Amino acid sequence: MAQFNEAGEYLTRQQAGAAPVASQGRDRLRANLRTVLTYVILTIFLLVAIGPLLIIALAAFKTSDEIAGNIFGLPAVWSLANFAEAWSQARFDAYFRSSVIVVVPVVIVSCFLSILTGFAFGQMRFAGSAVLFPLFLIGIMVPGEAVIIPIYYNLRQMNLIDTYWAMILPDIAFSVSFGTLWMRGFFSTVPRELVDAATVDGSTSWQTLWRILVPNAIPAVLTMGILFFIWTWNDFLLPLVVVSRDDLRTLPLGLTFFQGRYSSDLPLLAAGATMVALPTIVVYVLMQRHFIRGLTSGAVK
Amino acid sequence: MASSRLRLVPSGGRPGERPGLAYLYILPGFLIYALFVLAPIAQTVGYSFSDWNGISPPEFIGFENYARLAQDPLVRIALRNNLTLLGFYTVFPIALALLFTALLTRRRIRGLSFFRAGLFVPQVMSMVVVGVVWRWIYNPTFGPLNQLLRAVGLEEWAKPWLGDFQFALPAVGMVGTWVGYGFAMVLFIAGVQRLDEDLYDAAKLDGAGEFEQFKSITLPGLRPEITIALVTTLIAALRTFDLVFILTDGGPANRTLVVALQIYRNAFSIGEVGYASAIAVVLAAIILVVSFSIITLRMRAVAES
Repeated sequence: MAQFNEAGEYLTRQQAGAAPVASQGRDRLRANLRTVLTYVILTIFLLVAIGPLLIIALAAFKTSDEIAGNIFGLPAVWSLANFAEAWSQARFDAYFRSSVIVVVPVVIVSCFLSILTGFAFGQMRFAGSAVLFPLFLIGIMVPGEAVIIPIYYNLRQMNLIDTYWAMILPDIAFSVSFGTLWMRGFFSTVPRELVDAATVDGSTSWQTLWRILVPNAIPAVLTMGILFFIWTWNDFLLPLVVVSRDDLRTLPLGLTFFQGRYSSDLPLLAAGATMVALPTIVVYVLMQRHFIRGLTSGAVK
Repeated sequence: MASSRLRLVPSGGRPGERPGLAYLYILPGFLIYALFVLAPIAQTVGYSFSDWNGISPPEFIGFENYARLAQDPLVRIALRNNLTLLGFYTVFPIALALLFTALLTRRRIRGLSFFRAGLFVPQVMSMVVVGVVWRWIYNPTFGPLNQLLRAVGLEEWAKPWLGDFQFALPAVGMVGTWVGYGFAMVLFIAGVQRLDEDLYDAAKLDGAGEFEQFKSITLPGLRPEITIALVTTLIAALRTFDLVFILTDGGPANRTLVVALQIYRNAFSIGEVGYASAIAVVLAAIILVVSFSIITLRMRAVAES
């Protein structure tokens, strides 16, 4: 902002001979109008972006009649009845359990493995790293649709269809691909002297990694963990293909089948959709600071 | 030979570091990655040369699946629909965000993190939830969209959006626009604030108007961000599955059929595993070629400047 003002003054001094004094005031007015316009447009776009979610979250508290009457209106009574019904009768308790059972190990194991691979690629020199690293990148670019067919048949051969493993293992594999790139980017910015000093002090590479490097990488690791959480929580194609037992279904999959059966029961559907969306949004909003700090720390390089 | 390699690549690179240690760090991650990503890529290619229903032994048939998909009207319809969606997933959000950037103040925006958080919400939401919400918004009888149209006296405009032969695909596409525009906007807002304000002052001194300033300073300055937005949204448009599966499942009468849905149906509904793999290979190839071309063009432009 300061830079803008300074530049503005510089400009008017330069133009002092040519431009009348009035133009300075006009420029300022124009800049102010522009600022107002910016906020107005931003607000409109913001409302359009979160509006549908607000409406569905609001609908989750209302009765069918209230939804039919006025979509934007507040419920007469703020009741959690729809959530309770979705939870116990529409089996969202089971879907929620499945989602947690899948997401927690995927996030923890993927972060752990990515720290190890990222450390090796970012801090060590070894034969074949120029070949191995691009191999890891393939997973970022290849769409899931291109590998889902063999994944299904391989899992069937391993007798893992209709188990949590069928969702956990492939999700870890895809996460590690991105995580390797991410953590390598972070670890390669750490000065080698820092690591060398630790080595001289008799610290093994394992101790250096966990006592010196990882504590400094917390924002980057958190950001990565949030991304893994959001991707795995929202994953759809994999559970759709490898799981057919209703009690194993994750939340997005459960919501899909629920919609197929009860598409007219709007309050219940709204409660279910809110339950699926809320965890990712809460985590994202709470961790936004880390998210941005992590992204910028990765971009410094 | 062996000794020269030893000299070229110092083991571990540090005193006290055991040779080969790096491989131990990589091994666990690589194993699971190779098993569930690398091997399946090769297998998909392998399946694509066979006639296989997933149960009886596969039969090698060379390029027959590829010859077949070149003739398949359903694949053609799906590809055309993906191309149309590209307009909605890629062109609209980027154009909208650029338009906004042109109008935007270049001053620091107060509360930017608040706006950014909100604009990003569609990005972190499950596509299933997005689909459920928009199916309701588009619902012919009690959907908010038709209610709104009736309320403002545009009753003849109200229609069963997702069931309409003409409007189903644009209706799906608009959801894609809704998902993507916040992402592009946040990207460009951050990009503009990185640009040097002196450039604009110099242009103003030269008598350049608003549009010229945008064309000669903002647009070139935003190239890295535009590249990211292009690649990300193009990939999203080409591989879209969840959203279409929930919103229309390809209907009505294949009006919203997309390539990923064709893969899923062939592989898991009608047991044409070999054929589905061939389509998957083609889709992956298209995505890789498109992304690489954009990135290469961009790098070449950087190298030239």
